[in-house]
Amino acid sequence: MGSVKVILNRELASYFATPVAYIFIIIFLVLSGIFTFYLGHFFERAQADLSSFFNFIPWLYLVLVPAVAMRLWSEERRSGTIELLMTLPISTGKIVLAKFLAAWLFIGLALLLTFPIWLSVNYLGEPDNGVILAGYIGAWFMSGGFLAIGSCLSATTKNQIIAFILTLVVCFLMIVSGFPIVQDVLSGWAPLWLVDGFANLSFLTHFDAISRGVIDLRDFVYFLVLIAAWLYATVLVIDMKKAD
Amino acid sequence: MIQVSNLSKKFDSFCAVNNISFSVQPGEVLGFLGPNGAGKSTTMKILTGFLSPSAGEVSVMGHNVLKNPIAAQREIGYLPEGAPSYEDMSVISSLQFIGKARGFFGKELKQRIDSVVSKVELESVLLKRVETLSKGFRRRLGIAQALLHDPKVLILDEPTDGLDPNQKHQVRELIRNLSQDKTVIVSTHILEEVSAVCSRAMILAKGEIVFDGTPSELAAKSDFHNAVTIRLAKHSEVVIAALKKLPSVKSVSVGSDDQITVFSKDGQSILAEVNQVLQRGGCLLDELHVEVGRLDDVFRKVTLDDTMKATLNETKEQA
Repeated sequence: MGSVKVILNRELASYFATPVAYIFIIIFLVLSGIFTFYLGHFFERAQADLSSFFNFIPWLYLVLVPAVAMRLWSEERRSGTIELLMTLPISTGKIVLAKFLAAWLFIGLALLLTFPIWLSVNYLGEPDNGVILAGYIGAWFMSGGFLAIGSCLSATTKNQIIAFILTLVVCFLMIVSGFPIVQDVLSGWAPLWLVDGFANLSFLTHFDAISRGVIDLRDFVYFLVLIAAWLYATVLVIDMKKAD
Repeated sequence: MIQVSNLSKKFDSFCAVNNISFSVQPGEVLGFLGPNGAGKSTTMKILTGFLSPSAGEVSVMGHNVLKNPIAAQREIGYLPEGAPSYEDMSVISSLQFIGKARGFFGKELKQRIDSVVSKVELESVLLKRVETLSKGFRRRLGIAQALLHDPKVLILDEPTDGLDPNQKHQVRELIRNLSQDKTVIVSTHILEEVSAVCSRAMILAKGEIVFDGTPSELAAKSDFHNAVTIRLAKHSEVVIAALKKLPSVKSVSVGSDDQITVFSKDGQSILAEVNQVLQRGGCLLDELHVEVGRLDDVFRKVTLDDTMKATLNETKEQA
């Protein structure tokens, strides 16, 4: 696993070598603040919890995580460094994993930096910090899901814009598949197991459960399986079309 | 040691490499020549395990590149086409990254980096970011990362592209001085590089090997091989006519600046006969030299002409 760490460190360092990291973190923090306090009516609700924060975070991630994921592989393709990387004596799987982990840790760091919101709610009232912790963990796992999708789609193209849009669309579908609008379309004709299957596929179904403090192992397994599957697909895509 | 057998690579309908076989021994420096799109880079990418071939086998130091790419890649130092490296890193951290990824840490890493840095003279730019480097330094960084683990097999895709004449000379010296037990493949457009660096030359055209031999054998294929070029102090049609009549002379051409080139029949040595004619004619000479052969002339002949390929195959069969 030494080589995974080496690549992970390089990736992390490269986030901070350019303004990308700082811009991402600042925008993430500003937007999460606006969502929580204005759109989420944090004060008006007068409830000691962070649900106004966690309700918006899937939508925030929907836009921001693809922006991190788009450069994972597209950039390597465009600059030709993919050839340098893939001819090192390290397996494709390890490289894919290392790059994913670096991005996931980076997004986790941005998430941790929202701690002032947590401080505010603790100052103002007495929230259930267990539920809040669950929410944070759930949000991080969800970002991993978005990111794994983005990793795979970014591997398909050297154009970062295309990678971004593809990822955004697929992630959007992963969110809304549990929504009434999709469910209504299906429920008229599809068998119940398919309707439930679609609902279960949704990020929101699982994230909501976790962020309400209902710790069910299956919700975490869902995200882990999702991440593993999309990373495996990334390996396949890269091995298949390294050259172009 | 590199062994390639029946290697083919197709991209959709385009056949980049068409059923080629060759092997390179330790101590050999093989020059890959060929026009753009001849399949040089594709072949190199397959050798390094970056691309998988459509058909055929490749082994590097006894490791099958297809079945066991990691073991093969440990033995290979590779400079990809265009010498890509991470733009946002400094030179020193790029080298550290490559070194660590190849499993070197601490003191050993530092020693190895110091050694390659002085070999390719990167000292002055160590702390600069790669994106600010000139083309020459980038290429040298690429060569440094390929040499870092002291590989037994070196595959360099256009190592001197974009370098100035001094840097070119330096890189050629470097390749020539690599220890004798290494197997080296260098691709290039520059023909004199082949005679300067390589012990063996291979010309690819349309994905096939159209020439494989030593640089001097390559030069011998030239029409200019053993031709004699002279410049008379005074123009003399009589002498030219006499030269034309010599049995071993194929033709005589007179250049615009009165330079006379006497072509030999079948590349045999004609200096003695030409010299006799000149002495008999009592000519004063401004210049006289024997041509070794012009590589660009052979290159054009070999890569453009299909009949040449046929004769080449014939001579192969005879041998």
